[in-house]
Amino acid sequence: MEFLRPQTWAEALAAKAELPGAVPIQGGTDVMVEINFDVRRPPALLDLTRVAELARWSAEPDGRLRVGAGVPYARVISELADRLPGLAQAARTVGSPQIRNRGTVGGNLGAASPAGDSHPPLLACGAVIEVESAARGVRAVPAEEFYLGVKRNALEPDELIKAFVTPVAGGPQYFSKVGTRNAMVIAVCSFCVALHPAERRAGTGIGSAAPVPLRALAAEEFLAAELDWAGTAPLAPALLTRFGELVGAAAAPIDDVRGTAAYRRHALSVLARRTLTWAWNDHRKAAERCA
Amino acid sequence: MTGIDTRAAEGARSAQGIGQSAPRPDGVLKVTGEFAYSSDLWLDDMVWGATLRSPHPSALIRSIDVGPALAMPGVLAVLTHEDVPGDPFYGLERRHQPVLAVDRVRYQGEPVALVAADHPERARRAAAAIVVDYEVTEAVTDARRAAFDPACPRVHEEGNVLRHQPVRTGSVFEAPVVVSGEYEVGMQDQAFLGPESGLAVPAEDGGVDLYIATQWLHVDRDQIAPCLGLPAEKVRLTLAGVGGAFGAREDLSMQVHACMLALRTGRPVKIVYGREESFFGHVHRHPARMRYEHGATRDGRLVYVKAEILLDGGAYCSSSPAVVGNAASLGVGPYEVGNVAVDAYGVYTNNPPCGAMRGFGAVQACFAYESQMDLLAEACGLSPVEIRRRNAVSQGSHLITGQLIDAPAPLADMLTELESFPLPATTGTGSDLRDLPGGVSQTTRGEGVRRGVGYGVGIKNICFSEGFDDYSTARVRVEATPDGPHALVHTAAAEVGQGLVTVQAQIARTELAELGVEEVTLVPADTSVGSAGSSSASRQSYMTGGAVKTACEAVRERFRELAAGHPGLSPAELVERFGPLEETREYRHRPTRPMDPLTGQGDSHTQLALCVHRAVVDVDVELGLVKVVELAAVQDVGRVLNLLALEGQIHGGSAQGLGLALMEEVQVVDGRVRNPSFTDYLIPTILDMPPMRMSILENADPAAPYGLRGAGEPPTLSSTPAIAAAVRAATGRPLPRVPIRPQDIALP
Ligand SMILES: Cc1cc2nc3c(=O)[nH]c(=O)nc-3n(C[C@H](O)[C@H](O)[C@H](O)COP(=O)(O)OP(=O)(O)OC[C@H]3O[C@@H](n4cnc5c(N)ncnc54)[C@H](O)[C@@H]3O)c2cc1C
Repeated sequence: MEFLRPQTWAEALAAKAELPGAVPIQGGTDVMVEINFDVRRPPALLDLTRVAELARWSAEPDGRLRVGAGVPYARVISELADRLPGLAQAARTVGSPQIRNRGTVGGNLGAASPAGDSHPPLLACGAVIEVESAARGVRAVPAEEFYLGVKRNALEPDELIKAFVTPVAGGPQYFSKVGTRNAMVIAVCSFCVALHPAERRAGTGIGSAAPVPLRALAAEEFLAAELDWAGTAPLAPALLTRFGELVGAAAAPIDDVRGTAAYRRHALSVLARRTLTWAWNDHRKAAERCA
Repeated sequence: MTGIDTRAAEGARSAQGIGQSAPRPDGVLKVTGEFAYSSDLWLDDMVWGATLRSPHPSALIRSIDVGPALAMPGVLAVLTHEDVPGDPFYGLERRHQPVLAVDRVRYQGEPVALVAADHPERARRAAAAIVVDYEVTEAVTDARRAAFDPACPRVHEEGNVLRHQPVRTGSVFEAPVVVSGEYEVGMQDQAFLGPESGLAVPAEDGGVDLYIATQWLHVDRDQIAPCLGLPAEKVRLTLAGVGGAFGAREDLSMQVHACMLALRTGRPVKIVYGREESFFGHVHRHPARMRYEHGATRDGRLVYVKAEILLDGGAYCSSSPAVVGNAASLGVGPYEVGNVAVDAYGVYTNNPPCGAMRGFGAVQACFAYESQMDLLAEACGLSPVEIRRRNAVSQGSHLITGQLIDAPAPLADMLTELESFPLPATTGTGSDLRDLPGGVSQTTRGEGVRRGVGYGVGIKNICFSEGFDDYSTARVRVEATPDGPHALVHTAAAEVGQGLVTVQAQIARTELAELGVEEVTLVPADTSVGSAGSSSASRQSYMTGGAVKTACEAVRERFRELAAGHPGLSPAELVERFGPLEETREYRHRPTRPMDPLTGQGDSHTQLALCVHRAVVDVDVELGLVKVVELAAVQDVGRVLNLLALEGQIHGGSAQGLGLALMEEVQVVDGRVRNPSFTDYLIPTILDMPPMRMSILENADPAAPYGLRGAGEPPTLSSTPAIAAAVRAATGRPLPRVPIRPQDIALP
């Protein structure tokens, strides 16, 4: 197996164009596991850890954040928790400290597991994934178009993930994940809600409950129609219940070793109710302070 | 030969005799990653072995074509059952498990062929290139059907029931209060961290030297040698660094395979399983289905117990008969009851083979009888503690086998003490997420969370039972060194993480103090000294501790004679002039008796140990997630030899019981394991295992060395039912099965 070590982004893109079968490796927390399990025997590994810009994040002129594909979870938590709280909460649930030091959002996107913890917050925030090839340059793929199937994403063979670009949180965000143990666990199902008060709508993301991570669109429409953004009253139980039902209904879960389809749907409704309650309460408090 | 220097890493300390928390000699090496485990064994000219395993739970083998594998570069040998030099079968209790499958496979993962190659990856690829033509046959996967349906196919000629052990006493099976239930225990894995591995080195005398992580060197040797067609003395085993055991190393895994490849290639052969292979390479805890009926008076005194305990032994016998014996003899727990009809069955199926695991048959029954005691408490309007106290055994009671409990067994007092421990504060809203069910996954901030408290009691036999000739051997030698008399302790006992190396040295320091011995070196465990028996059944402090003590006493006896004859000489001078002083002794516990095949009566155990647990849990009842807030335990160990190590055993045993209660299960569907990885076989993390409150009692057993009572297994029994009871208390759900899954709580 060849081990390619590009020093720059341009070199990395050139290497990927030349050898589309080369498997990019960032933190290696998925790649090395797959190699150990003999899931694949790639002709080459393309080590991206020397490409400095992948490990940076910055503010775009329009105020959005651009986060390089190689920024590890540990830094998402320590550096971005105020601007991307949903993603930082999701990052906090990933694996163990060692995995959070190595593992990256870019790698999570590359792996495109339906259980990846980054996906629900990226969906709920309306993130865009920037991918690039030497031949065709940059493409911006909205998160919801990025996931194509179980462990399949929208990358072309010659493309690499460069960054994701996402608005800074304009309101409360909450991520919640169900696992059968209290740490270091792959999601049985997960959910993220992000309030966007300026747009008077809320975004959602569901993980590990369908072949791909997805938004609960009907639930989002329901909230857009029902939430009283100007008011500061707590949410009505009926609204919460309906929201939970719509989120549960949006999923297409299966029975597997981690849980049953029925449990996943049920748990998603519970998570949806709870996270929306927390988010709305934060929003009310903020609104009261402004008032 | 390098010995293990048992002085503390932080420097020699005197007064590291028994009762002291002497630090482990291997402790620093282990936590800094420098300890050499069996998987680290290395010889420059070694080659690598790999195993081809059956993908089917049940199939006939029509043919095996090793040609494609042999043709691959770097491949030195490809072996099948035809290449087994001696007896093609082995086994702990029945020699019927094929070294390599002969004409059929009986479980998914059964070894079929072996490869030796110059690189582990090449060996694996070559194994995958072997072509086996299988004819898949119906797999027997339902233990109840295997046991009771005459139309069920037979996994072995002898029939599917490998042992049925009844226990019968009394004749009154009516009572004013009757509770009954059906219970299930899933298949637990020992989940040791160091997978099966070893290095076989061919010797000039035609024999083989095997460096191996195991629990019992001599029983390995006695199974390996006949398969290799070699006399026992030509098969020499040395213990390599063991990364945990918990019963999973009691059966052979790659031992014969590595030796066969070494003898065939004339090269040292190393085999190391990966985690996935490890799940197929060792036996698991028997899954159990149990039916219980308890009858009692209105004030909660047991009148009778009827029980049927069905243990799925999987494809081969392993130690299943002894597991069945324990389940039967300890089937009602440490309670006095005059009328009993227990039937314990071990059955063959095409599921993965099951055998020894910490608790050994007593764990499964304990979950059921303790669940029943809680039902009974409710039916009689008593507290869980009170119902147990009213029926508790004590010194002078009889087990259901008729055996007299002749050592202290203060169960009622233990329960009273346990109940008196203060309860932990409630977890309020605004608490650290790590203190809530779901942890940092942030599933609740207090919503749906209810607290529950539960109790569990367990009784475990210590040492081997049912008439087994159970002994250990120790050789102790005291010799002069410039620093004074120095002791060498040689046994074949396997240090599997339990701290036996520390305890052996502590015993030698204690017993040889008057010889002036402070420094003790443990000779590496190997088969050049007599058998130590197994590092299982919580028996090594008792048995090998007893052997070291006895051998030290014999050395001391000789020393005293010398001292009496030469009153002017100091101990150091005596050793210098007359040493080395060496004695070898075998130590046996009191003999035990078989169980009567029809009534189960008989003094089948030598020692019994009790542990009681209280569990406090917070359950998110909507999501079915559990946070164990506290575990409290009271255990009677007879005599503390090393408090630090002992507390570690109680913590670890309790954690393993917690795993069984809440998450640990090898999921088997149609004979196939669906989660052979640590991604999906979950074991508790530090955020799942709560702080423990403990009280350790020292009511000596006069029959045991220093009065000690084996301590490793009992906490594994009682923590599981205590946690299950606490979850029931929090949720109101019956929860008749462990591990309890979130959906069992949230969507019953
Ligand atoms: C013990 C353990 C626990 C884990 N727990 C969790 C968990 O709780 N939640 C969770 O979501 N995941 C978990 N994972 C999986 C893994 O850590 C995450 O998916 C992580 O985000 C992967 O990031 P990485 O940088 O290590 O990726 P890598 O392993 O380096 O790569 C992952 C995939 O992405 C591709 N890739 C990487 N970078 C690029 C790029 N720039 N362009 C194109 N493709 C790229 C790789 O080719 C590969 O296919 C766990 C893994 C382990 C080993």
